[in-house]
Amino acid sequence: METINQLKTLEPLIYDLGSDGRFSPTLMPACDVPEAELPTGLTRDELYLPEVAEMDVVRHFVRLSTMNYAIDKGFYPLGSCTMKYNPKINEDMARLPGFAQTHPLQEQETVQGNLALMYELQQWLAEIAGFKGVSLQPAAGAQGELAGILMIRAYHLDRGDDKRTKILVPNSAHGTNPATSTMAGYTVVELPSDDKGDVDLEALRKAADETVAGMMITVPSTLGVFDHNILEIVKIIHDCGGLMYMDGANMNALLGVAKPGEMGFDVMHYNLHKTFSTPHGGGGPGSGPVAVNEKLLPFLPGPIVKVSEPGTDEYAALYSWHTPEKTIGRLKAFHGNFGMHVRAYTYITLHGAEGLKAISRYAVLNANYVRVKLADTFKVPYNRMCGHEVVLEGRLADAPGVHALDISKRLMDYGIHPPTNYFPLIVPEALLIEPTESESKETLDHFIEVMKTIASEARENPEVLHSAPHVTPVSRLDEVLAAKQLVLCCRPAYLDKEG
Amino acid sequence: MPYIPHTKADSEAMLAAIGINNWEALFEAVPQSHRFPTLNIPESLNEMQTLWEMQSLASANASASSHAIFLGAGAYNHYSPAAVNHLLLRGEFYTAYTPYQPEMSQGTLQAIFEWQSMIAALTGMDVANASHYDGATSLAEAVTVAVQHFKGKRMKVIFSPDVHPQYRAVTRTYHQGTGVRFVGDKSGQATLDDLVDMLDASTAMFVVQYPNFFGQIEDFTALSEKVHKAGALLCVVTNPLVLGLLKPPGAMGADIVVGEGQSLGIPLSFGGPYVGFFATRTEFVRKIAGRIVGETLDMDGRKAYVMTLRPREQDIRREKASSNICTNQGLMALAGCIYLAMMGKQGLRRVAEVCYHKAHYAAHQIANLEGYNVNFRTPFFHEFVVQCPKHVSGINKLLLDEFNIIGGYDVSQDYPDRKNQMLIAVTEMNTKAEIDDLVEGLKRAAESLKA
Repeated sequence: METINQLKTLEPLIYDLGSDGRFSPTLMPACDVPEAELPTGLTRDELYLPEVAEMDVVRHFVRLSTMNYAIDKGFYPLGSCTMKYNPKINEDMARLPGFAQTHPLQEQETVQGNLALMYELQQWLAEIAGFKGVSLQPAAGAQGELAGILMIRAYHLDRGDDKRTKILVPNSAHGTNPATSTMAGYTVVELPSDDKGDVDLEALRKAADETVAGMMITVPSTLGVFDHNILEIVKIIHDCGGLMYMDGANMNALLGVAKPGEMGFDVMHYNLHKTFSTPHGGGGPGSGPVAVNEKLLPFLPGPIVKVSEPGTDEYAALYSWHTPEKTIGRLKAFHGNFGMHVRAYTYITLHGAEGLKAISRYAVLNANYVRVKLADTFKVPYNRMCGHEVVLEGRLADAPGVHALDISKRLMDYGIHPPTNYFPLIVPEALLIEPTESESKETLDHFIEVMKTIASEARENPEVLHSAPHVTPVSRLDEVLAAKQLVLCCRPAYLDKEG
Repeated sequence: MPYIPHTKADSEAMLAAIGINNWEALFEAVPQSHRFPTLNIPESLNEMQTLWEMQSLASANASASSHAIFLGAGAYNHYSPAAVNHLLLRGEFYTAYTPYQPEMSQGTLQAIFEWQSMIAALTGMDVANASHYDGATSLAEAVTVAVQHFKGKRMKVIFSPDVHPQYRAVTRTYHQGTGVRFVGDKSGQATLDDLVDMLDASTAMFVVQYPNFFGQIEDFTALSEKVHKAGALLCVVTNPLVLGLLKPPGAMGADIVVGEGQSLGIPLSFGGPYVGFFATRTEFVRKIAGRIVGETLDMDGRKAYVMTLRPREQDIRREKASSNICTNQGLMALAGCIYLAMMGKQGLRRVAEVCYHKAHYAAHQIANLEGYNVNFRTPFFHEFVVQCPKHVSGINKLLLDEFNIIGGYDVSQDYPDRKNQMLIAVTEMNTKAEIDDLVEGLKRAAESLKA
């Protein structure tokens, strides 16, 4: 039994690779000062950490890495995640010692390079979306959302308006929108979508009253479409005294296409890890700067960077920290994910205005190409010009047992990462496909062909879909067992003996 | 165009396939009045020019690569083994997304499982999650767990004033709409006994830091008994590197242990990206926010890893979720995991010991200087407060200009009563020569005051 289990372990845990007493002598720091007495009663005896050699560590993590799929390996059309190419130079720039080895609490005179970079990035992000001010502090999109909703709350309270208790959220929204509203102490009112995928205006008009603090909406929506009535929606909310929050998760469709601030939005967040290609890192770190119009400027999370002395021909400008007067406070220790700011700054520098505009044009071109090419095989519930992503129904009338999940898993056998599945929630068996501008026509043609092949397989040999994937390191996992047994870490045998 | 592979022929063929003959038709649903605005962004640079521009910005900074540094206060200059960075640069790790599809993400998932195991071991707790944005947000999420645990019946949180000021500030930001009351840190002078007096039936959680913001360490075992007697939870904010040597908070009776993992091989990077860790006892596991990875089997009986307890999370529970977090700090947790594997049990202990010895050497040398005082009554780890003869910023300017040293943190920025106090951090990266230089610089600063 033991032997079989060992055979069935793809890669042992790092804990199981070592031996008592093994260590890397080259990593032991020298002590060139007299030793002090250790604090009595406060040291520990046992510590369950691996005891391995350097090569064991390198091989272990290289082997683990080969079990991952990644943008660097192939097509990754994961909807709403913008899995575009991550330029290699971004990584090198973030690692320049002058950036990577600066301490966040240094006197500001000693970090003028960092402050200049952050200031320019604030300005660029404000310009791209048509806003007046930006805070780079939020560590991820979800934190940007929290910043935005807390600013909306602070704005109303500052005006003495404490009757506003609701945030309106379309039913197509990402789960973070309602969760954020709840975190900020609001009640969520969900709005239906109409048959074109737009917000149901009648329902919106009914819900928009003096108890509404604001509305969160994603543009283009998570159904992949530009709402036809976006200006009308903004007006309805403003007329009832609420503010408009734009979830900027889908900004990859809007660069140089439209500026949310000019369309009347009051606040939005960016996802630098989507639109500006800072890598996703297997689930973070992200970066979620928040941009606001004039009304919300005093409430920005701080500190932000301002120019304290403009530059001249002889002297560089002088930058300093600035805490907005009515700030909602800090969202994170220090100044946000600066390493991500460096990468995004690099990316924008490499693109310039024309390159940024091209990003959205080609991202939208690619998504629409996939849409028209797959529309005769799969149902496209909102079959109109889409944004940078398109949603399909991952089911076929003549293959009743096949689900979006089966199609997703079968895609893996063809070396392609599945689209986002079962989101948005209002599309049955949803497959949300976002190709991004990085992908060539050849890659898209191959994907389209694979999707059509899978559709044929679904009719002729559905078992091959149900049992997929076949070529990945592991087959489908028992998620129920994981939740039932709840083994969340490995523990030393001596702890288990104690019970 | 950068990173866009389309030829002119490709674009034309694709537009034709869509049934349009111009780009604007792709954006017909965008209001015409707002379509295609101008973008006032500089023209693009090529990769070489970009490198020059970035190098010029980076060289405008003083940094730990150009200066000796004694600044800590929550971010520390430690050595990161070369292998950590090399492994992080595997594209399979850093260009992957959240492991929603476990069959294609076993590398990320197993590494998170190993990280959870290491954090649980270091803190002495039962379980840990995949990570949070940073130490401060881990603490904010810990408060949420406590409030949820008591179903809103206990809404008071007691903060020791010795908890990192920015962590307390972030926690307050998170909870400005939730009705949680924070007490204990207003004057900045409350002792542990004062704080214990604040415990009552409305207290959800008591928060202390170990080592505290001033570098001091003490055993919280007796405190945890008092907190538990009042029916509240004890949260300990800590530094995992320190736990290579010191008694873990789990052994003192902590219910939740959170903190910043930057010490574990993650570069200073001007404050981020870092990684918050979160560990707790099994009974709270269903209440914690963020990603958690668990062990399971695949259809063929192979051991494998998968995100579990998903129904807690925002994408499923939506407005009923207690947190909106979706990402963790995946790559930074991986960095910490690789660091801990590289250093191992002996290496981590050795780094912690060397930090301790060097800090104590520095503290004793500084205490011998005329005009400077160091408090040795409470034990400290690798950071300590120096009472200086003049304002900290003036001393730091002299250290920077004449000794090429980035000096310590001016404590009065956060604690106005603590005038002329400098918080000095010493790590294994500071040589004896650097420490002696610092001592010389401080001596010079005191003399220049007299002169």
